[in-house]
Amino acid sequence: MAYSEKVIEHYQKPQNVGSFGTSSDVKERSDIGVGIVGAPECGDVMQLQIKVDDAGKIEDAKFKCFGCGSAIASSSLATEWIKGRTVDEALAIKNTEIVEELALPPVKIHCSVLAEDSIRTAINDWKKKNGHEVEDDHHHH
Amino acid sequence: MTAQDTTIYFDHASTTPCDQRVVDAMLPYFTSIYGNSSSRNHAYGWEAEEGVDKARSQVAELLGAQPKEIIFTSGATESNNIAIKGAARMYAKAPAGSDNRGHIITAVHEHKAVIDPCRRLEREGFDVTFLEPGADGIITAQMVKDALRDDTILVSIMWANNELGTINEVPCIGKICKEHGAVFHTDATQWVGKLPTDVEADNIDLLSLSAHKMYGPKGIGALYVRRRRPRVRLEAIQDGGGHERGFRSGTLNVSSIVGLGAACAIAKEEMEADGERLKKLRDKLESELMSRLEVVEVNGHRDQRLPHMTNISFGFVEGESLMMGIKNIACSSGSACTSASLEPSYVLKALGVGDELAHSSLRLSLGRHTTEAEVDEAIEGITAAVEHLRAMSPLFDLWKEGVDISKIEWQSH
Ligand SMILES: Cc1ncc(COP(=O)(O)O)c(C=O)c1O
Ligand code: FES
Repeated sequence: MAYSEKVIEHYQKPQNVGSFGTSSDVKERSDIGVGIVGAPECGDVMQLQIKVDDAGKIEDAKFKCFGCGSAIASSSLATEWIKGRTVDEALAIKNTEIVEELALPPVKIHCSVLAEDSIRTAINDWKKKNGHEVEDDHHHH
Repeated sequence: MTAQDTTIYFDHASTTPCDQRVVDAMLPYFTSIYGNSSSRNHAYGWEAEEGVDKARSQVAELLGAQPKEIIFTSGATESNNIAIKGAARMYAKAPAGSDNRGHIITAVHEHKAVIDPCRRLEREGFDVTFLEPGADGIITAQMVKDALRDDTILVSIMWANNELGTINEVPCIGKICKEHGAVFHTDATQWVGKLPTDVEADNIDLLSLSAHKMYGPKGIGALYVRRRRPRVRLEAIQDGGGHERGFRSGTLNVSSIVGLGAACAIAKEEMEADGERLKKLRDKLESELMSRLEVVEVNGHRDQRLPHMTNISFGFVEGESLMMGIKNIACSSGSACTSASLEPSYVLKALGVGDELAHSSLRLSLGRHTTEAEVDEAIEGITAAVEHLRAMSPLFDLWKEGVDISKIEWQSH
């Protein structure tokens, strides 16, 4: 499979790899939201952790990914995009924007969906921890 | 610049380069000795026929067979089809259109060129047993013995597996088939030219091979068909001019046949030394990777396998991204991800290798021109790629924390 330049760049130099601690470390921290999602299509797994300030702005984001090159690139890109945005702005990011930016082929669309889902799951986790209302999880791609 | 200048070739189980000596033997047959080998009434035909006859003897010699027992085909796929469909239809217990036409034994992790003909025969009224190998990938004589029935007419078990390199108990399986009166076919595509073959001592009735796996040209192969004790008969699947004892009509591909013959002659001389050298390199590759990295598994039996290849899995890294990280090493992945489906290899599944490890497996197969420097470079490259991916693998973290990953319920969408 021929990957786009951008996918290869993210693969070779992924941005914001890491975490703010193990799942149990960050469980009680109200400034951290965690999203772990898996793609049933391929068994790939993405973990996104966000650090959110009192005003609801994402100060920092870290990802880990067990997945294909497109999944790695999608999660790396997602962390770049959400840093500095408010949680509501981050929720507005659509997987189609990731597809476009990385020039993903049709079989790789679910990899971008994984990134979108990890953003929503991490934000919802942060919202629940902070007593905010969580939007309906049902959505369409 | 071609791939050869930038990329190490560790995919010899897929195909091999043509040996220069093979090419040299073939060349005259394109432009000067270009007759049709079945033209009986002029010198052009006779010359071409001489080339074919010599090649037939060279193939026969490598197999311990008689030249008349060698049928030239377009490769192992065609040989398998002629052998399996031809024998089943010839020895059928009931005419076409009826059920219960006879029992066939093969295995789940055969090449598709055996599985699919067997599946077709199932639809034609034959009953097929697909044996499952043990965790070591091997089909034993006992497994075959236990599956034999009164109406078993054909057994087809490959000699060496193309993904694992594991070696089935062919001589013993052949013996059991002989005692039972069933025809025994073996797809020896990966075996011939690597380890010695003797169709008599090994009790083989039908054997398939392909030239391009043994430094010959692509698109040519052979089928060994036993002529004595007992004489094996086949119903031809291609009708025409009656070439190749009627088993395979069509003008012979003389230049490629000459190439196959030359490849067999070279293999006969050199396979022992090649095998010893490559085994050392393969063992170095494996042991270095296993000592540098954690959670590395070799798939299939560790000893009973071909000397030049390994199938090796790296835990907690995903197969496609692993392939992406080793772009300068041409090899096969145990995951079919790259070919549109996201299914892990059915061969590894048959061994009970979990999906994760199956997806992250590499088949590395070395060859006649492989150097130690290439092996060293591959060790460095694979180690670096696995480490790069593990540094971002959430599964590797969990494993290090002692979490049982199989017990986690992922939040899926
Ligand atoms: C075990 C086995 N059988 C059959 C084949 C098919 O060979 P060919 O493509 O030359 O017909 C191959 C090669 O892919 C093989 O490895
Ligand atoms: S995340 Fe499944 S193939 Fe990319």
